[in-house]
Amino acid sequence: MTGGGRGRAKTPASDLYFTSRPRAEKFLSAAETPVLWIAWKMLIGNRVKYLGIVFGVVFAALLIAQQSSIFCGLMLLTISQIRDTQGPDIWVMDRNVQYVDDIKPLSDTELFRVKGVPGVEWAVRFYKGVVRARLEEGTYEQMIILGIDDDTLVGAPEGVFMGSIADLRKPDAVIIDEVGYKRIWPGQPLRLGRVFEMNDRRAVIVGITTASKTFQSFPIVYTRYGQAVQYAPRERKVLSFILAEAAPGVPAAEACRRIEERTGLQALTQRQFVSKTIRHYLTKTGIPINFGITVLLGFLVGTAIAGQTFYLFTVENIRQFGALKAMGTSNWMILVMVLSQALQVGVVGYGVGVGLAALFGVFTKGLGRLSFYMPWEVLVMTAVAVLVIVLLASLLSIRKVLVVDPAIVFRG
Amino acid sequence: MTPAALDTTALAVHCRGVTKDFGTGDSLTRALRGVDLDVPYGELLMLVGPSGCGKTTLVSIVAGTLEPTEGVVNVLGQDLAAMSNGRKVRFRRDNVGFVFQSYNLLPALTAAENAAVPLLIAGWRRAAAVEAASEVLDQLGLGGRLANLPSELSGGQQQRVAIARALVHQPRLLVCDEPTSALDAENGRITMELIQRIAVQPDRAVIVVTHDSRVYAFADRIASMEDGRIESVATAGEVGRPSNPA
Repeated sequence: MTGGGRGRAKTPASDLYFTSRPRAEKFLSAAETPVLWIAWKMLIGNRVKYLGIVFGVVFAALLIAQQSSIFCGLMLLTISQIRDTQGPDIWVMDRNVQYVDDIKPLSDTELFRVKGVPGVEWAVRFYKGVVRARLEEGTYEQMIILGIDDDTLVGAPEGVFMGSIADLRKPDAVIIDEVGYKRIWPGQPLRLGRVFEMNDRRAVIVGITTASKTFQSFPIVYTRYGQAVQYAPRERKVLSFILAEAAPGVPAAEACRRIEERTGLQALTQRQFVSKTIRHYLTKTGIPINFGITVLLGFLVGTAIAGQTFYLFTVENIRQFGALKAMGTSNWMILVMVLSQALQVGVVGYGVGVGLAALFGVFTKGLGRLSFYMPWEVLVMTAVAVLVIVLLASLLSIRKVLVVDPAIVFRG
Repeated sequence: MTPAALDTTALAVHCRGVTKDFGTGDSLTRALRGVDLDVPYGELLMLVGPSGCGKTTLVSIVAGTLEPTEGVVNVLGQDLAAMSNGRKVRFRRDNVGFVFQSYNLLPALTAAENAAVPLLIAGWRRAAAVEAASEVLDQLGLGGRLANLPSELSGGQQQRVAIARALVHQPRLLVCDEPTSALDAENGRITMELIQRIAVQPDRAVIVVTHDSRVYAFADRIASMEDGRIESVATAGEVGRPSNPA
C-alpha cells in the first residue's frame, strides 16, 4: 500500500483524493494488533450466538467448579476431627488403620511404650467412637464422642464460645458442637447445663464449640478420656489413638519413624494422617467417581454447546472471514483471531461460571448443610478445563476458516 | 496487440494463456481456456459475459485469490505465480482493493470502522485508521453516516462503504465484482460514477465484473467473455459491433 510511505515510490497521482496522508508513526508495534479488536467486535456483534457460546462455557465452569468444590468440602469433612484436635503433631495408631474413622483400639500399655521412645516429648490418650445418646425428651441420637487427656486436656476443641474447656474437669461434663446442638434441639437457644444420657450415664453440657462438620454429620461431644470410656460400649481395649509431640529439635517425621521402629505401631504426622484419610476416601469409595462423572458431563456438555455454537458462529461469518483473507489477512492472523475469540469467550465464561459457583457456596454455607470448599486448585483446574473446552470448541472453526478460499467472496 | 510488441511496464494487468481447471478426471471442468488480457494503468475495464463464462474465476486469479492452472499472470509488475502464499497475501493487502457483490461488510462495525478494515489489517492504530476512512467516506457522501452500522444503511450506502473500504489504503488495482447488481438503477449509476470519479487514476487500474448493461457506459473498455475465453474487447460504444481481439 502507499499509506505511511512504506516501500513503494509515490506516483504523481497518489495524492489526488486524500486531504491528509497517513503518517508512519501511526503504525502499531507488533504487540498491538487491531485485528484482534475486529475479532472481538465480530464475536459480540452477534449477541445470540455470543451468549450461546458463553452459556456453554459458563455451564461447564459452573458445574466443574461447583462439583469439585463440594467434593473438596466432603473431603474436608472426612478430616475435620484431625484438624480440630488441638496440640499434637503426631498421631499413633494400629498399623492397619486406614483413615480417621477406622478405629482399631490399642492396649493402654501402648501409651507408655510411645512415651518411652527417644524424641517423644509427651504422649496422651485419645478416644474416638460413636455412641447412642438418650435425650431428656426420651428420643435417641447418634453422637461422635471424643475423649481427651484427663490431665492436660490436650485434644480439646479450639472454638469453645460458651462455657470453658476447663469445665470439662467437672463430673459428667461434656462440650458439644454448635451444629450438633442445633440439630438435636432445633430452634432452641443455646444453653449450658442441659443433660442427656450416654450408655445410661449422665452427661451435662458445660460448653459449646464451633467444631467443623463431620462426614457422618453426627453431633460431636468432647469429654475427658476417663469419662469417654464410661460412655462407650464396654470393650477389652478402648484406646483409639495416642496423641504425641516430638521433642524440641526432633522433626515430627523423625519422631514418627522412631515410634514405628520401637513400638510396631503406625505413627503419622497430622499432615500425613490427613493425606492418608483423604487417600482412603479417594481410592476406596465411589465418591470421586460420582463427582468425576458429573464433572466430566459438565465438561462434555459445555464443550458440545460451546463447540456447536462457536462453529455456527464461524459458518455464519465465513464470508466475512473470506473477505478479510481476500483483503490481505494471513492465515496466521485468522488463526489468532479465532483463538482470541475463543479465549475471550473462555475468560468471560470462566469468570461467570466460577463466580456463580462461589455464590452457590456462599449461599449454601448460610444454610449450614452442604459442604463447600473452593481452594485455588479448583480454580486452576476449572481454568484448565475451560481452556481445553474453548480450544476444542474452536478446532472445527479454525479448520473451517483456514481452508476457506478467499475467492469465496466473489461467489454470489 | 502481440506479446512481442507489448510494453508491460505500462500495464497494471498482463495475462497470457491463463487456464484454470477445477476437479480432476471425469469431473474436470475447464473454467478458463487460455485467456489473454491486458489492462493498462488509468483504465476501467469491464468483464462481461453470461453466468459461468469464467469472469469471476479470471478476476479471482488477477486479484491473487486463486491460482491459475497455467499461464502468465503479471499484476502491477509482479509475477503472481512466482510469489509465495505469504507474499501474495501481503501483495493483496498492499495493492488490491475489493468491492464485492454482497458488500461483505462486518455487521458489528460502523461504516467508518468497516471502511478502516484494510488499514487495521495493515496494522494501523484504530483511531488513525478510522480517521482516514472517515475522510474517504466523506468524499463518497457518507460523512453523516460514519457511526451507523451496515444494518442501518441502504443498499446503495452499504456499497459506498464497501467502495470506501476498497480505496482507503490507496490500492493500485481495484477489483469490483458485480458492484451494481444488488442496487436499483439510480444507486447503480451513483456507484459507478463514484468508482469512475474516485477510483480511476493514472496510477491505478479498475476491473469491474458485471452483468449490468446499464453501466457499460462507464467503462473505458469492455471485455466480453464466453466459455472461458475472452471473445472480444471493445469500447463501450463499440459493444455490439464486430469483435476486436484482446
